[in-house]
Amino acid sequence: MPLLEIKNAKLKLDNKDILKGLSLSVNEGEVHAIMGPNGSGKSTLSYMLAGRDGYELESGEVFLEGQSLSEMEADERARSGLFLAFQYPVELPGVGGMSFLREAVNSRRKFIGEEELDHLAFVKEVRKVASKMFVKDEMLKRAVNVGFSGGEKKRFEILQMAMLKPTVSILDETDSGLDVDALKIVSEGVNSQRNEDNAIVVITHYQRLLDYIVPDFVHILSDGRIIKSGGPELALEVEKNGYAGLINAA
Amino acid sequence: MVATKETIDKVKEVSSTYKYGFVTDLEAEKAPIGLNEDIVKFISHKKKEPKWLLEWRLKAYKKWLSMEAPNWAMVDFPKINFQDIYYYSAPKAKPKLNSLDEVDPELLRTYEKLGIPIKEQEVLAGVAVDYVFDSVSVATTFREKLAKEGIIFCPISEAVQTHPDLVKKYIGSVIPIGDNYYAALNSAVFTDGSFVYIPKDVKCPMELSTYFRINEQNSGQFERTLIIAEDNTYVSYLEGCTAPQRDENQLHAAVVELVAMDNAEIKYSTVQNWYPGDKDGKGGIYNFVTKRGNCIGKKSKISWTQVETGSAITWKYPSCVLKGDDSVGEFYSVAVANNAQQADTGTKMIHIGKNTKSTIISKGISAGKAQNTYRGQVQIQKNAKGSRNFTQCDSLLIGDKCGAHTVPYINQFTPHARVEHEATTSKISEDQLFYCLQRGLDTEQATSLIVNGFCKEVMKELPMEFAVEAQKLIGISLEGSVG
Repeated sequence: MPLLEIKNAKLKLDNKDILKGLSLSVNEGEVHAIMGPNGSGKSTLSYMLAGRDGYELESGEVFLEGQSLSEMEADERARSGLFLAFQYPVELPGVGGMSFLREAVNSRRKFIGEEELDHLAFVKEVRKVASKMFVKDEMLKRAVNVGFSGGEKKRFEILQMAMLKPTVSILDETDSGLDVDALKIVSEGVNSQRNEDNAIVVITHYQRLLDYIVPDFVHILSDGRIIKSGGPELALEVEKNGYAGLINAA
Repeated sequence: MVATKETIDKVKEVSSTYKYGFVTDLEAEKAPIGLNEDIVKFISHKKKEPKWLLEWRLKAYKKWLSMEAPNWAMVDFPKINFQDIYYYSAPKAKPKLNSLDEVDPELLRTYEKLGIPIKEQEVLAGVAVDYVFDSVSVATTFREKLAKEGIIFCPISEAVQTHPDLVKKYIGSVIPIGDNYYAALNSAVFTDGSFVYIPKDVKCPMELSTYFRINEQNSGQFERTLIIAEDNTYVSYLEGCTAPQRDENQLHAAVVELVAMDNAEIKYSTVQNWYPGDKDGKGGIYNFVTKRGNCIGKKSKISWTQVETGSAITWKYPSCVLKGDDSVGEFYSVAVANNAQQADTGTKMIHIGKNTKSTIISKGISAGKAQNTYRGQVQIQKNAKGSRNFTQCDSLLIGDKCGAHTVPYINQFTPHARVEHEATTSKISEDQLFYCLQRGLDTEQATSLIVNGFCKEVMKELPMEFAVEAQKLIGISLEGSVG
């Protein structure tokens, strides 16, 4: 059974067809990259999967570990192990990073029947993970994403991913706004979480990120459909010829 | 706690007189409905008050008759029939409950969410029996400890008997009887409240709280509190408990006066959670309260911190009169209005002395159909050279049917002063909510987290244990406001 399965997903926004029958199957231990030009439906796809209000499917279905997501709210999907790393992480003024993260982690632990972590145990755990991600204590004391640099925001996203241990992670344009050094750190953070029990879907416009997070499969998204799938070499083709060539050929 | 035999005996004595006195008094101490001179006399007589106080009350009553209810606040409610209120009645004849099983389950659910221990829940819900014993013993122990320092902390009706000179000197000195309509009414008919006196050079060793005098809680809707801090003193006073009051359509018109001498500091914190009425605005408390502190002494400081989540209507402006040179006034406020609640609250900072400083931080949260107004006055008088004020008013809107209003009045009569005012209005954005949901928090957790983040600057001013309760309370007050 695939960890994530999208079957013929169709979705409209403002009466306009955005996803026009998208199908995708992601198995344990796999990393998939979804590449596409602007307006191809990349962000819509990630919001649809995460269950954002207004992004309900018109037809088709999505399964997380065999369970249909159609009746599940965003928070339930998250607690069930679906994680979205935001392209633009949202600021939460006055909400401390540490307490935010703790509430999130404990919500998930409670849901899957694990004991909630008390403050001390949690701080210990976060420090361990954070140091690998080059996230300093000082950053966790600040309000979530407030005054964070682009790199800090993305590092904090990946730290949350590491703490929540999701089954399926969707990384939405994680490379946007990052310089090369930050890109390396963030990619290492993601790579360290690859294992045989989870799966990662990387959504990106540029091939650059895929030099660091090397995917098993690459899919080209165009006009709400996947028009071509292949191995990492497909990303290089995009890099060389642009999307236009592929789209015209399809 | 190891209690000496003496204490135990004393507590037994106190609790037994209380118990019996309570039952007989209940019938005897009820005044007829309505208000007239005889009722004022009746109250004064029941309290065995000296003649000067009766005259003071009668003067207030006459003044009140000549006044009109204020109508400048942004609140809307039917005219109150003052002849339809009991001005003196012993504790409400709530049915005596024998165990928590008999208490309204919804009430218990709220207590549970607030994390109030079972023992306290029983006291709060009026399942008195054995635990009245407990709270009396706690109160007694504390009073003895305070007495050693020379601190007086007792019901104001008791202070009238035991320290008449102090009461006579200071009552009405900060808020004169004719100050406003509701203050005049309170002066005429107040039944009880707290009295605190901190003698020179004493730092009060503990937080004083009305909580320890839970028996006072039913003492009526017209409380009167007076706190006097002599030179070089410090006192922190906590008011109100977080338990909801289920009484409907009550007028609550309290008066609180604070006096701070040279180098004295008074910190006054309130968590107000009176019954707000139902979703459609039926029932609930009218909370019309006058609170003011006089910073008489040099370098004195008065700090108001309030978390207002309850009441159908809140009309309340805790203020500071900064007379002493270098005195400091602070106002930290969180006001939550949900459903049909209306809040018009803020402060007045009157700068009279030189180099006086004031800080106002106000956080208003509106949800449902609620209207939430910040109304504040900063006045810098002619001689208040070198004075400074900083005001920050932030409003947070949840949903699109509520309103937030900011009404600042700034009067500056000297150029040698600085007044700053900042105001913002924001909404909980869909982005913020979705971000929290995507991390596994449910809508209510997310709202509570975002709102508490918004209020953080004020919450950190609350004493620690109060802050935790207040945080939970804010979450509960906003339940169901999103999604």
